[in-house]
Amino acid sequence: MSAEPAGWGRMETEFRAKRAAGRKLLVPYVTGGLPGWQDALRASVAAGADAIEIGIPFSDPVMDGPVIQQASQLALEAGATPVSILHEARSLDVGVPLAVMTYYNTVHHAGHERFAAQLAGAGIVAAIVPDLPLEESGPWCEAADAAGIETVMLAAPTAPDSRLPLIAARARGFLYSVGLLGVTGGRDHLAHTASELVRRLKAITDVPVLVGVGVSNAAQAHEAVQVADGVVQGASVVRRLLDGGAEAVGAYVAQVRRAIDA
Amino acid sequence: MSLMAQPSASGRFGEFGGRFVPETLVPACQELEAAFTAAWADPGFRAELDHSLRTYAGRPSILTECNNLGGRLGIRLVMKREDLNHTGSHKINNVLGQALLAKRMGKQRLVAETGAGQHGVATATAAALLGMECKVYMGAVDVERQALNVFRMKLLGSEVEAVQSGSRTLKDAVNEAMRDWVATVESTHYCLGSVMGPHPYPWMVREFHRVIGDEARAQCLELLGDVPDVAVACVGGGSNAIGLFSGFIDDRTRLVGVEPAGGAAVARAQPGVVHGMRSYLMQDEFGQVLEAHSISAGLDYPGVGPEHSYLASIHRAEYPNVTDAEVIDAFQLLSRSEGIIPALEPAHALAWIVRAAPSMQGQTVLMNLSGRGDKDVAQMMDVLKL
Repeated sequence: MSAEPAGWGRMETEFRAKRAAGRKLLVPYVTGGLPGWQDALRASVAAGADAIEIGIPFSDPVMDGPVIQQASQLALEAGATPVSILHEARSLDVGVPLAVMTYYNTVHHAGHERFAAQLAGAGIVAAIVPDLPLEESGPWCEAADAAGIETVMLAAPTAPDSRLPLIAARARGFLYSVGLLGVTGGRDHLAHTASELVRRLKAITDVPVLVGVGVSNAAQAHEAVQVADGVVQGASVVRRLLDGGAEAVGAYVAQVRRAIDA
Repeated sequence: MSLMAQPSASGRFGEFGGRFVPETLVPACQELEAAFTAAWADPGFRAELDHSLRTYAGRPSILTECNNLGGRLGIRLVMKREDLNHTGSHKINNVLGQALLAKRMGKQRLVAETGAGQHGVATATAAALLGMECKVYMGAVDVERQALNVFRMKLLGSEVEAVQSGSRTLKDAVNEAMRDWVATVESTHYCLGSVMGPHPYPWMVREFHRVIGDEARAQCLELLGDVPDVAVACVGGGSNAIGLFSGFIDDRTRLVGVEPAGGAAVARAQPGVVHGMRSYLMQDEFGQVLEAHSISAGLDYPGVGPEHSYLASIHRAEYPNVTDAEVIDAFQLLSRSEGIIPALEPAHALAWIVRAAPSMQGQTVLMNLSGRGDKDVAQMMDVLKL
C-alpha cells in the first residue's frame, strides 16, 4: 500500500510523523525568483509552514491560473532561471523540507539525472511536475529516486478508481489531491470534488494526502483538512506576495495555520 | 508497413509524441483515443464524415496545374486546392471529423485555439452545423491582425476570447484552450487544430487530413501519370503538410515542409516538451519556450507536430525555412501569374519552390495550397501599399 518504510524521504518521514502527532500539514507555494520570494518563504516558515513549494517559473504554465501566470512572467522578466533560483535556495536553511514545482520541459531540458542532482545539491528534497502524468513519469522518477528526490504525484477528480492505486504507489513525499476540475487560483467555495477525492485516496493509501488547487482561503483550508492530511496554498499566497510582500504572506500563512489547527 | 502507421501505444513516433498533460486530462485523452479508434474502424462513422466532406465541405478538392508559373520556373507545378474548401482552408477536414466524434462521445461544447483564425472559423462552422456550443481562444496580437476571421467566428455564433498572456499568439491560445479544457473536460471536447498536442491528437488529426494526400495521389497519377517528384507544404504545427505527405510517404516522392524563418523549430532540432508532446521546440538555454515571429499568424508556433520531428530525424522529409520577404514575393507572384490569391501560410511553400526551382528543373512539383488569401488582404494592403 505504500513505499517501503525504509525508503521514505525526508519530507514523507516528517509528514508521517507530524500526522501521527495530530498535526495538519500546511505547504505554501512561493514563485521562485519573484522579488522578495526568499523573505516570503522565511515568513511562511515562521508562520507555521511544514514545507515549502518553490515554483520554478515556466513560460507556458498550463496548470496555472492568472495569479501564478503573472508571478511566473514577472519572475522570468526579472531574470529568474532554474539555476539562479536553486542557487538562491541553497542558502535558505529554513528547517523545513523544500520542494520545487515546475513544468516538465525544465526537467527535460536540463536532463533527468542532471536536474535531480541540481535539486539535491541545492538542498531540495522533493519535486512536483504537474504536466508529467504517471505514464510519462518513469525516467524522471528513476533519476529522482536515485538522487533521493521525492516525486510528489498528482491525483485528479477525473481519475477512475482503477487509476488511483497506481498513482499512490508511485507517490513519494505526499499525494497531491487536485481539489477541482480547473487550474490554480481562487474560488468562492471549496468544490465538493475536493473532499470526495481525498476520501477515495485515503481509502487506498497511507501516503499523506494534501489538497491543492482551489483551496483559496483559511476557511476552505479548514474545511479541506477535515478529511485531508493537509493543504497546499498556491495562488492565495502568491497574490499576497504580489500585493503586499513577505509580511502579508506571513500574516496569511499564520491565519491558515490557525484555521487548520482549530 | 507504411512509414505512417499508427503511433506506438504510448503515442510515440520514434522518440517524439507522448502525452504530457496534467493528470486531470489523462482520462479524457484515453477516452478520446478509445473513441477515435472505434469510430475510425466504424464504416458508419466513416460514411457520415465522408458525406459531410462531400456535400458540405466541397470535397474532393481539385488539382490545378499552374502552367504560367510552372513555365517561368522550369518545373511542372500542380496545386492541391484546399483553398477551395468551405471556410477557405484544409482545416475543415479535421474539424468535421472531430466535431462528429465529439457528438458521438456525447460532448456538447467545443473549445479551440486559433492562430490565423482559419481553424477557429472552421470549428465555429462545425459547431453551428452540429448545434454545439463553441469558444475559440486567439492571441490578442492575432485578433488584431486577423479581424475579419474574428468577425466570422462571432457571426457563426461562437465566442472568441482574446488571450492576453505570454506572447499573445498561437502558443498562448493553446495554453488557454488547455486551461479551459482542464476545467470543463466532462462536457467539452478540445478541438485541437493541428497534428500536435498529446496522444491521440497528432495521430487523429493526421488521419482526418489523410484525405488530402489520398486525393492528391490519385489526381497526380491521372494528370501526371506518376507520383510527383516533390511534394511541398507549409508547416506551423504541420497538419496540411502531414495530410499531403500521407499520400506519398511510401513513394519515391521528395517531401518538403516549409517553416517560417522566425518559427523554424525543425531547423534547430532541439527536442522539448510543451502542449502535451515531445517534439522539436524553439527554446532558450533553460527550456523556456521562445516566441515565434513571422508575417503569418497561422505559422507563428515555436513547436511542430511530433511526427514531423520524426520524419525529419529519419530524413524522410526535409524542413527548410523561408523569410517574410520571400513570402511576400510569393504571395504576389501566385496572384499575378495564376490569378490565385494564396493565404500567407501556403505562400511559404511557394516561396521555397521559387527558391529551389533552379535545382528542380523539369521535375513535377505538387504544392498544397492549404488556404485562400482573403483573410490576409487587409494586412497585405498595409505591407504592399499598392
